[in-house]
Amino acid sequence: MFTTKCFIKKNKIGNFLKHVREHYIRDDISCGIPSCDDCNAEASSHLNEVHLNKCSLFKFEHFIILDTNVILDQMDVLEEPIICNVIILHTVYKEVKHRSLPIYKRLNAVLENPSRHFYIFVNDHHKDTFLPEDKNELINDHNDRCIRKATSWYMGHVPKRHFVLITDDAKNRQLALADNIPTCTITDYVKHLENNSILQDKLSRKDFHSEKEAKDIFPPHLSTAALLKGIKEGVLHQGTFRASKDNFLEGFVSVDGFTEPVLLQGRDGLNRSVDGDIVAVEVFKMENWVSPSEIVLEDEGVSEESIEDVEQKEQALKNTTVQEAEIKPTGRVVGIIRRKWKQYCGIIQGNSEGLYQIFVPANRSIPKVRIETRQAEFLKTQKLIVTIDSWPRSSRYPHGHFVRALGRIGSQDTENEVVLLEHDVPHSQFSEEVLSCLPKLPWIITEEDEKRRVDLRSIDICSVDPPGCTDIDDALHCRLIEEGKLEVGVHIADVSHFIRPGTAIDLEAASRATTVYLVGTRIDMVPGLLSSNLCSLRGGEDRFAFSCIWEMDLQANILSTRFHKSIIKSKSAMTYEEAQLTIDDQTKTDAIAESLRNLNKLAKILKKRRLENGALVLASTEVKILMDSETMEPLDVELKKMYQTNSMVEEFMLLANISVAQKILQEFPDCAMLRRHPTPPASNFDPLVKAGRHLGFDIQVDCGRNLADSLDRAVKPENPYLNTMLRMLATRCMLQAVYFPSGTLQKEDFYHYGLAVPLYTHFTSPIRRYADIIVHRLLAVICGSDSTYPDLLDKQKSSELCQNLNYRNRMAQYAGRASVAFNTHLFFKGKLNDEEGYILYVRKNALQILIPKYGLECTLYLVKKNETTLFEYDEEHQTQRAGDVVFHTFDPVTIRLQLDSSNIQHEKFSVLLVQPAIPGFSVPALSKDDEQVNDAEPVKKGKKRKNIAAKSPKKSKS
Amino acid sequence: MSRNRELISKIGLRLDGRRPDELRRIRCKMGVFSQPDGSAYIEQGLTKVLAAVYGPHQVRSRQKAQHDACIINTQFSMAVFSTNERKKRPRGDRKSTEMSMHLQQALLSVIETDLYPWSQIDVYVEVLHADGGIYPACVNAATLAVIDAGIPIKEYVCACTASLGNNEVPMLDVSHQEEILGGPTLTVAALPMSGKIVLMEMSQRFHLDHLPKVLNKALEGCKDVKAILDEAVKNHVSEIGSATGWANTTS
Ligand SMILES: [Zn+2]
Repeated sequence: MFTTKCFIKKNKIGNFLKHVREHYIRDDISCGIPSCDDCNAEASSHLNEVHLNKCSLFKFEHFIILDTNVILDQMDVLEEPIICNVIILHTVYKEVKHRSLPIYKRLNAVLENPSRHFYIFVNDHHKDTFLPEDKNELINDHNDRCIRKATSWYMGHVPKRHFVLITDDAKNRQLALADNIPTCTITDYVKHLENNSILQDKLSRKDFHSEKEAKDIFPPHLSTAALLKGIKEGVLHQGTFRASKDNFLEGFVSVDGFTEPVLLQGRDGLNRSVDGDIVAVEVFKMENWVSPSEIVLEDEGVSEESIEDVEQKEQALKNTTVQEAEIKPTGRVVGIIRRKWKQYCGIIQGNSEGLYQIFVPANRSIPKVRIETRQAEFLKTQKLIVTIDSWPRSSRYPHGHFVRALGRIGSQDTENEVVLLEHDVPHSQFSEEVLSCLPKLPWIITEEDEKRRVDLRSIDICSVDPPGCTDIDDALHCRLIEEGKLEVGVHIADVSHFIRPGTAIDLEAASRATTVYLVGTRIDMVPGLLSSNLCSLRGGEDRFAFSCIWEMDLQANILSTRFHKSIIKSKSAMTYEEAQLTIDDQTKTDAIAESLRNLNKLAKILKKRRLENGALVLASTEVKILMDSETMEPLDVELKKMYQTNSMVEEFMLLANISVAQKILQEFPDCAMLRRHPTPPASNFDPLVKAGRHLGFDIQVDCGRNLADSLDRAVKPENPYLNTMLRMLATRCMLQAVYFPSGTLQKEDFYHYGLAVPLYTHFTSPIRRYADIIVHRLLAVICGSDSTYPDLLDKQKSSELCQNLNYRNRMAQYAGRASVAFNTHLFFKGKLNDEEGYILYVRKNALQILIPKYGLECTLYLVKKNETTLFEYDEEHQTQRAGDVVFHTFDPVTIRLQLDSSNIQHEKFSVLLVQPAIPGFSVPALSKDDEQVNDAEPVKKGKKRKNIAAKSPKKSKS
Repeated sequence: MSRNRELISKIGLRLDGRRPDELRRIRCKMGVFSQPDGSAYIEQGLTKVLAAVYGPHQVRSRQKAQHDACIINTQFSMAVFSTNERKKRPRGDRKSTEMSMHLQQALLSVIETDLYPWSQIDVYVEVLHADGGIYPACVNAATLAVIDAGIPIKEYVCACTASLGNNEVPMLDVSHQEEILGGPTLTVAALPMSGKIVLMEMSQRFHLDHLPKVLNKALEGCKDVKAILDEAVKNHVSEIGSATGWANTTS
């Protein structure tokens, strides 16, 4: 049953320890070719002798064997179905895993797809292809030798078939030819395939040679050895590069040894780093340190060759005066330790012809990319995905290649796709395997179910949600059980009843982690049958629930808490508005109305108590976009309305979450899934404190309690929106709340800063959050209604799960915002409006303005190109002055917004000042007639309207 | 979510090329020393153990002597050069004491102690190289040495480890590399013929649901080990026999 032929010694030096490991050589490894009689048929082999590869370089049909670098560099080509029947040698497979995990994952996806006919041949454990390492042989040479050995073994083993070795390594090719192995480079191979144009576009451009001698425009990078030495000696520092979103010539690197991130400026400073890369920086001497420029610079370069405009902008950057108080450690990138290049969504800039095109990524922290394409005309109309391959010294932009097109620019579907891809949201259809886990319809409640659950169908339970909500995961009830004693129940959809651990549907939900809400669409975490039907606590239908029931006195003190699974029948699924009307309508005295009134009373007490404890009231601009159901175009953008009932539901959800958190931590001290909100470091609050100081408020940030109090005090009667703005700013200073298994942290770190509670978790939305499902399972174990399973109690596994949940949640949040932003853009298309806004930040050459009505942020440039400015910037007080008009942070302004569609590739808002009037800068308010679509009007007409100052600006229609 | 520590690769092989249910290569030799009454040397993969048995002989300390059975004295030690980093001392630490006791427990279960009242059997095991599965190798070596010494036993006592790869697949006979990469290790010493378990030990926790399949795997491993030891004993006996002209000399 086992064959152990011999073993080799493997030495691994690290601290000069000698490791010896066994290496078994086997005789039962199959070549994977179906017609081979010598080997046992290998079930995992997808190789197929019908769809062999044809390439005009070779006269015969063949299997392909690849070397490691081809896989690492050309994954986009390999993912195309044209290439099939590829043998991946285990030597190569291991090296790919070692060198790049993302590529390894993609390779695995291809390997698992039977229609691609890929096969892993375990050459390093096969008795005929195993080669011991020679002394003094480099690992690379050894690997190449193994690859050649395996190829020639295949040729001898299955003489009727042909094999081609593809490698870009010239020496390897030469040696292969000497062994009579057919071989070529991937580029040659692809060029000689039929229908190769798509593949050619996808070839990675690593081996780029410039056509003409170009001069180097970037300083060289140091060699890896020099970098490592420098870091070891402390001369260089290692860190992750973060590009500035506002200024393409600026970026930061956080490194050990400096409390503040190191500032990098200009082409030489950034030296070809791309956002996310791990770089080595040299920090300048203190006297050369500068401050961040506070100016907004956009890369307006049109072609790869010209660098004049960059030089101009670098000059502008240098001319900005240094702010003594704001000086940051400054340095330059001397080398890249690891590239973190990904795939980027974006568009073709579209002002050049020919093979080379400039790609503009949607993410502003990523530089433009030069790509080579034979389908430029088509791609100019498309959103596409591009990846970066290399960035030579002589090239202004990195070189990359086209991966795939997503769809027409501007179409809702394309944009949703872009948002989902940019944020790594899994959004494919649910697989058959997942759907097969769903319960069969009609779904009925069996006697067995009734025995195991508490029947609450007779109780008057109702749900309160936003209008149009189809995934109702919570319902409430409240009734008087004796004088002065209320029973309050929160009933949560029992999703864990349907999603059993370890099933396909469970794994899929765990990977998705959350339902993602985009404007007009929703990407479900669980299939629709569950999310909108069986789990959704719809009115008038019997549903399974997980109930949390308290007995409370009239002062909302909890007397007792219990949890159990139940069957409920919601009497009514109401909207917040309906519930509010029911409460307010004193003529209504039915059970539901009474119960809502009681809940509302209790909620007010709970909220008051919570705020007294130092919970923060934060503000954000949540807007709702009304969509035309037929054209799927946004009709209107409005702020979400808030009723008392919103807060009522929220209070009880918080209370349920807290109660459950206490319970599960008590029973599972090691592996309870909790949620914490870390206290932000004081430096996070700098912008808030600064803004407060300029307005004459002292914002205390030493603890949540003081922050809440000082925010409450910061009110100016003449600017009612100011307080909201401050709270919004405070929100941005916060850290993200995260999930974690209780065993991984100290108890002090469990604290939830925003809610000011020592323990918190998520229990109330299992339909749309996976964390809640885990919490349900833990609680079910405690109630004795379910059993544990290994991963639930495994600290390590829980920790990995939390990491994924946190990542997906963050991304879902960003995706939601991006979708709203895009639709707001769409809404403004062809409209010309004057809007009221508030200054969020005062910058050196611009004002950052927030329009609360749309939750929209835009930039009003104060300095136009080639013009002298009217404005004086006061760094210390953060103001801009022009004559009598002074702009402070949070001052109200009226601005005119129009979407600049002159370049459909890159639409952006053009923003003009209306009020306060500044002669020579602002524009007159619109009259009613002007508020029409007026496409003919050129957008940039700043110079023409010099002397027309508005005297009596009208408010735009609301 | 899978971390970078798959113990069993996609193609179903472990890091050293074994399949999950395969033991490492076992080589053993009996009668390696002439001084002791019985001795054996065993290699399980790279783990190498020497065992020597003295006795039965008269009890050294009278207090311990038993009137109805012999006492078994075991001593476990690890050569200072047996691990990657040199050990400070070969025996006497807590781990060694514990190992000695566990070894004694295993041997007590098979040796017909009541045949030798007022006597003592000394079993010394020395680990020359440690590469995972030290205890099983010691038990197996001791069994061989006891047989070599001609002490009657009820049946073989064999030991084996098993673990859980990728958190689902039970795998047999864990190497040191697999031990440090994670995965709880279950060590079992058993009487393979009667299926009795003499000793069971876990290095980490895993969920109870996994226990039956891992335990079964370990017991299967014990049976496999027994088959190999049995073969070795037979070879040894026929070798010795042929040297004395006692057995037929076809081998
Ligand atoms: Zn074959």
